[in-house]
Amino acid sequence: MSKELVVRKIESGTVIDHIPAGQALNVLKILGIKGSEGYRVAIVMNVDSKKLGMKDIVKVEGKELSVDEVNKIALIAPTATINIIRGYQVVKKEKVELPSEIINIVKCTNPNCITNQPREPITPRFKLIADNPLLMQCEYCGRYITREDVLAQFA
Amino acid sequence: MFYNRDVLSIIDFSVDDLKKLFEVSLEMEKYSRSKLSILDGKVLSLAFFEPSTRTRLSFETAMKRLGGQVIGFHEPAEAAIAKGENLADTIRMLDNYSDVIVIRHKLEGAAKLAAEVASAPVINGGDGSQHHPTQAMIDLYTIWRELGKLEGLNVGVIGDLKYGRAAASFIYAISKYKPKKLFLISPPLLKARVEVKDYLRHVNVTYEEVENLADVISELDVAYMTRIQKERFPDISEYEKVKGSYRIDVSMLSNAKEDLIILHPLPKVDEIDLKVDETKYAKYFKQAAYGIPVRMALLALILGAVS
Repeated sequence: MSKELVVRKIESGTVIDHIPAGQALNVLKILGIKGSEGYRVAIVMNVDSKKLGMKDIVKVEGKELSVDEVNKIALIAPTATINIIRGYQVVKKEKVELPSEIINIVKCTNPNCITNQPREPITPRFKLIADNPLLMQCEYCGRYITREDVLAQFA
Repeated sequence: MFYNRDVLSIIDFSVDDLKKLFEVSLEMEKYSRSKLSILDGKVLSLAFFEPSTRTRLSFETAMKRLGGQVIGFHEPAEAAIAKGENLADTIRMLDNYSDVIVIRHKLEGAAKLAAEVASAPVINGGDGSQHHPTQAMIDLYTIWRELGKLEGLNVGVIGDLKYGRAAASFIYAISKYKPKKLFLISPPLLKARVEVKDYLRHVNVTYEEVENLADVISELDVAYMTRIQKERFPDISEYEKVKGSYRIDVSMLSNAKEDLIILHPLPKVDEIDLKVDETKYAKYFKQAAYGIPVRMALLALILGAVS
């Protein structure tokens, strides 16, 4: 019996491959996909991967991810690859990459940080310290935030 | 090097920058009781959103000694902020009126936001528990004046290392001079933040975390004392139990090096016994006095009156 789990190809949309095993649901969470949006979504978890040993895959039909969304994924799934599909063909394939500066994606967890003031003209900015495990430093208050902090924000 | 420069964190200043600042400060000591006119026509804004006596008055004195004018507020209640104006708009207003802005705010990062909004240079007079760069400049200047050097000293930083901005800024500052030994002396609850300790690792400064000042007092060249606030402890009895370990008195000093200096950013409460004030080790009043020439030098450099 084949060990592969077969999910049919999508006509158009995005395939997020090479997600670290067990993180597929978090990837959906960070993209804000809850199921009620109407996208046809396939989630494959804990399948064999030459690169990672085990991996998850998410396929979203009818949605092409924006650059911002790709950056968000990089925060929790730094190994992921993004395949944009049109007419059953891969038209674009890219590895997610964490930028050295993460701007306006996550909020600072420090309630005393100026970036958490709702009425100030300010955008949260973080400097990437390490990508695995994720560690970022707020450019305003200097505090660290971790992957767990990021996940908690999208819960 | 300094002209038009924001002063947000001591981390941003190199040893060469500080050397320049100290040379000018030394010169300014001659004039800290007189009136110069090198900043004639210049206006300093004080934007003190949080109470302060020392920092505010010493900036005001420094500016006036240089011949400049001072405007601003030190009671948020009297400021537009009481009417609901945000920080950015208040700073924009002061930016129109003045050549340099000093801000103190209870939120971390407030000075950085002010610097982004203002075209005039912004000096951080303390932002939350994060930075107090001009205090750190004064601390270093005091050590240089009293010991004649900054490199390779045995330094202890004592008290609330977690929330105390003066303590954190001093740790960043002294690490530029590669201390021989750096002791971080605090109750477990108030240890230096992980970000501060990572910084020390990043700049290759080794440190030791210690829970009792008496254990290391005999090794120190510099004891940097800070206040521990009772309110930091969830249970006051915990505070009562540990406070003695972070207090300096005359009997403890019998084990100290001959030329130990004790610094404190002030105000102090009971972490230094009053009798210590009269000993040769006590340099904190002198340190406070150095605040004037150092801030005079900083203002003169930033506003281009000296180069």
